[in-house]
Amino acid sequence: MGTNRFNNFTEYGIGIGLRAPHYQHILSRKPVVDWFEIISENFMIDGGRPLHILDQILEQYKVVQHGVSMYFGSAEKPNRDHLRRLKELVKRTKTPWLSDHLCWGSVDGRYTHDLLPMPYTFEAAKLTAQKVREVRDYLEVPIAVENVSSYAEYHVSEMSEWEFLNEVVERADCGILLDVNNIYVSSQNHSFDPFTYVNSVPAERVAQIHIAGHSKYRKYILDTHDHPVIDPVWKLYERAIQRAGHTATLLEWDDSIPSFKEVHDEALKANRFLAATALATAV
Amino acid sequence: MKLLQLQRTMARAVMQPLTFTERMKRTAPDGQPMRTYAARFIKPNDRLTSFERLEIYNRQYWFRLLSSMVEDFPGLRAVLGAARFEAMSKAYITDCPSRSFTLRNLGSQLESWLHQHPRWAGNKQALALDIVKLEWAEIEAFDGKAEPPLGPEDLSANAGANLRLRLQPYIQLLSLRYPVDDLLLEIKNSSDDNEVASNAFQERRKRKRVQTVAKLKPAAIALAVHRIDNSVYFRRLEPEEFTLLNEVKQGRTLQKAVAHAFIETKIPPKELPVLVQRWFHNWAALGWFCQPETKTETSARSKNRIKEKPTGARRKRKIV
Repeated sequence: MGTNRFNNFTEYGIGIGLRAPHYQHILSRKPVVDWFEIISENFMIDGGRPLHILDQILEQYKVVQHGVSMYFGSAEKPNRDHLRRLKELVKRTKTPWLSDHLCWGSVDGRYTHDLLPMPYTFEAAKLTAQKVREVRDYLEVPIAVENVSSYAEYHVSEMSEWEFLNEVVERADCGILLDVNNIYVSSQNHSFDPFTYVNSVPAERVAQIHIAGHSKYRKYILDTHDHPVIDPVWKLYERAIQRAGHTATLLEWDDSIPSFKEVHDEALKANRFLAATALATAV
Repeated sequence: MKLLQLQRTMARAVMQPLTFTERMKRTAPDGQPMRTYAARFIKPNDRLTSFERLEIYNRQYWFRLLSSMVEDFPGLRAVLGAARFEAMSKAYITDCPSRSFTLRNLGSQLESWLHQHPRWAGNKQALALDIVKLEWAEIEAFDGKAEPPLGPEDLSANAGANLRLRLQPYIQLLSLRYPVDDLLLEIKNSSDDNEVASNAFQERRKRKRVQTVAKLKPAAIALAVHRIDNSVYFRRLEPEEFTLLNEVKQGRTLQKAVAHAFIETKIPPKELPVLVQRWFHNWAALGWFCQPETKTETSARSKNRIKEKPTGARRKRKIV
């Protein structure tokens, strides 16, 4: 397992996010990295340095696109200009799959630029799944939806977050980008068992896994991507790969970004768990 | 509550400005207490009330958008001062919330908005407008489209005076009342130094920056904001050079563009041929001209023009 139709039957190993402070290091030192994840929106432009850098990266590395503003859960229709630009980028990167978040963030054409939590209702699941299908059909690439960290829940919710995720992916017939740090953050903020979440996800649909660090406050945890991964999140990761197999794994580090080596070394810690899982499977 | 209704309700609260102490306002957009408003759709938990949970998103929204403004408009921030810039940014974002999937476009309306709201810049209005114009041009030039450059083989031998050249789409031509190019470079250099400087040094730099802004005298300049090897540069232009480039950009024939550029010139006529030749040589060396549109592109553009014409007031869409 680990390779499936939602990640285009690829075996992508451990990657890290492509971030501007590391450009020079990557292009001059050419470190060995399984793959890079790019934030699609940073490259949905007409020209200039970002695309020039991306083209150089594409010559040497595998790249997967990850979006932050498709807002599958927003009640409005997808933005046509967004889709057109995204498709141009998909052609450029030849990303084997594309991910974005299971959330909303815009309404009536106004963008919050945040990943706002969904109400877990059947109405929302139906609409979200329909939008995922529309986007996939237009882009002609497998889609994986990522669970977000959240700090609020709605009265109208009719099911748990993992039930909602399952409802959406089954209706849309799409993949899952399972963010185990987000599961941990939300489990602390909403007092649920994170292992129940990981154990409830359809493993055969997991296209990719995200790991990351976060910041703990007195009454809640914020998903800040500015720290190493903590042990409880590694435990969730271990459980996730026990269920889903060797799945493409990516470390997100987006703020207070340390050296390339530090970020890459942190990501490579995932190897411990992948090796242990492989051994357990062999035995 | 239906999905659309819930999203509208939450977005109104999230996008409502924070208090001076950066907390969520006690009064909701509809006038009722925010505690009641939040409790209508957000569940409390054992640690946070509905108000407090909603407040996390309200604060994140403003922190994110305000830092984007700081990042994109350091020049305007230096002109207005940090506190006034922040207050202005809040007012701007309230009036012109983001309508693009990317924060890159957040400041696209700032120049026209500031023009309509002169109170924010007071007696520095002209300077503020100039620096916003320059900072937005820098954003456009940074990631604007580059077409394949024009080569000798692209020039028709018999085009002569009727030749129409095309400027690279990323080139921005600005007519400014203040020499804000120097000011912006000074501000950026001091910001770079600040990253590694001591507090005392930063304080001296800050004072120097304030003095630089205060001392800046009006002096009309024409500027091209362009790219070399994917880095953005400012190039000052002679007034006639600026007019000529603008005429070329608008699709005039070379003959008409040159004629228009020198209508009111004080340059002696005998010097003009050499001057024009030098300018074109420089522009070509900088790769500012691009290949002519193919017939298909020209035809598509004409069709679009016809389609858009009846709407009249339709604003030309910014690159997103």
